[in-house]
Amino acid sequence: MTHTTHTPTTGVGKENPAARPAGGRARRAAKRRSRPPGRGPLSRVTPWLFLLAPLALLITFTYVPVANMVYYSFTDWDGVSPEIHLVGAGNYSELFTRPELFRVFFVSFYYLAASAVQIVIALYFATVLSFNLRLRNLFKGILFFPYLINGVAIGFVFLYFFQDGGTLDSVLSWFGAGSDHAWLGDPTSANVSLAGVSVWRFTGLNFVLFLGAIQSIPGELYEAAQLDGATRWHQFRYLIAPSIRPVISLSVILAVSGSLSVFEIPYIMTGGATGTTTFVIQTVKLAFQFNKTGLASAAAVVLLLIILLVTWIQRRLVPDGKVDLV
Amino acid sequence: MTANAVDGRRPRGVGSALIYLSLVLASLVVLVPLSVVFLTSLKTSKEVTEGGGAFRLPGDWLNWSNYAIAFNDGHMLSAFGNTAFILLFSITGTVIIGSMTAYAIDRFTFRGRKLVMGLFLVATLVPGVTTQVATFQVVNSFGLFDTRWAPILLYMGTDIVSIYIFLQFIRSIPVSLDEAARLDGANALTIYWRIIFPLLKPAIATVVIIKGITVYNDFYIPFLYMPSEGLGTISTALFRFKGPFGAHWEAISAGAILVIVPTLVVFLFLQRYIYNGFARGATK
Repeated sequence: MTHTTHTPTTGVGKENPAARPAGGRARRAAKRRSRPPGRGPLSRVTPWLFLLAPLALLITFTYVPVANMVYYSFTDWDGVSPEIHLVGAGNYSELFTRPELFRVFFVSFYYLAASAVQIVIALYFATVLSFNLRLRNLFKGILFFPYLINGVAIGFVFLYFFQDGGTLDSVLSWFGAGSDHAWLGDPTSANVSLAGVSVWRFTGLNFVLFLGAIQSIPGELYEAAQLDGATRWHQFRYLIAPSIRPVISLSVILAVSGSLSVFEIPYIMTGGATGTTTFVIQTVKLAFQFNKTGLASAAAVVLLLIILLVTWIQRRLVPDGKVDLV
Repeated sequence: MTANAVDGRRPRGVGSALIYLSLVLASLVVLVPLSVVFLTSLKTSKEVTEGGGAFRLPGDWLNWSNYAIAFNDGHMLSAFGNTAFILLFSITGTVIIGSMTAYAIDRFTFRGRKLVMGLFLVATLVPGVTTQVATFQVVNSFGLFDTRWAPILLYMGTDIVSIYIFLQFIRSIPVSLDEAARLDGANALTIYWRIIFPLLKPAIATVVIIKGITVYNDFYIPFLYMPSEGLGTISTALFRFKGPFGAHWEAISAGAILVIVPTLVVFLFLQRYIYNGFARGATK
């Protein structure tokens, strides 16, 4: 293993310059200028030969669909028939005026709240496990493992968990709180339960991200802080929190776009019944069950725009070196 | 890692007890739902329907019959086959495509380089779930719908994370190596294949692990693109348990455990790479 792979994960881009020797940039520039152009026209094509397949795939499966989707969103196409009629902004106005289509946005709030919970829990355990505890690796492994589990398997595990007389009811009955509440029976309870599953599933990823960031803080800083009489809370507040800000901001954006595009868990567990339909479930149903490609595309465009907007806001608020590709 | 940086800061006293308590509680929250499903998978269908609570232990700890049912009636064998096929091709493709792209972008200056990078960069912002409505039409127009090539191409073509991982890594390989080879008369392809590619091994390992787990777990794409019975991947085959096995929780549980076990084995053996890999994958 070379140095780079071990670079702690905080760095969201900071690690890049660090991984390179000082002055790397200047040397690279020099290298670029001195590149021998002298192989005739062939050397000019060479990079394109390497990029041919990647670009073809990128354009076919990302850019063409996005362009088509925008076009479909202004039509009444059903996805099959050869007839396409332009309907202007009709799909968009339908989307925003039919309450049952618009309502799915509110389901996202359950998942957004869940993401907040998830980030707080992950932050707590990352802080705690950055101390030198017994069995640290075991706890780390247990907390992270759910993130790796197949979504369908998680769906089934929690269907059993929430079902009548299932795991949750059994646990509650030990505490004398036995209930015959149908956890997935009414919209609020179902959405809260599903959002809970998403906390169970994704906390591990946030936790490992935060832990990596915290562990990349140099130990001397803690020692200095201790000498200055900083309490553990002070250490967290003034040392840990600022150092992991970039990762937290990244998690927030992942959380927002993730909450808007929830699909797997509710689709597998409830199929979108009892008010658990999310935006993506609805879009998939519109497109592939009701053959409303036009309307579904409009919905997808709206979602895409929201996600782009959120990303843009995040990039503005937290200017970091994440995009230093050059 | 810099784990040793925080050595010696072991919390003591009541605080420490509370910390351990919270860790144990969190572990229980993770492990209990999973263990219950494991218990259920060993029960007979009579034991499950009789009730007596999810925590009742199975009468026969060696009752593997549910696994046989899940494996045979649930078509898990062909599902594992399909998943393996898709994994093999999409991972190979991702590694080759990602490393080629990274090589071209990092080692050459050419007109349009910025544009190409911009294209890859902007594509990271487009979440795959949103565009499937239109991607579906593209795949369909190639006649790839309901074949295993649809997911393979989609996994290969839309994986920008791996390109980033390769790009980062390739920058740490000294250019002097390329130049030495060039002086020896090697052309670009030879340099890529004989020098760069072998040196990318750690990055390849990272990409293989992340990509492997992502593809293995993916439900959305095979669900949309391979509806045929015979083309189930482990996710979609397991999803189909919902119909025929209805309330047969013992069979469903066995299926779920069958799917989880390979992940657990991989995780236990490759822990360290997995933590690093996913952390990088997410931050890019």
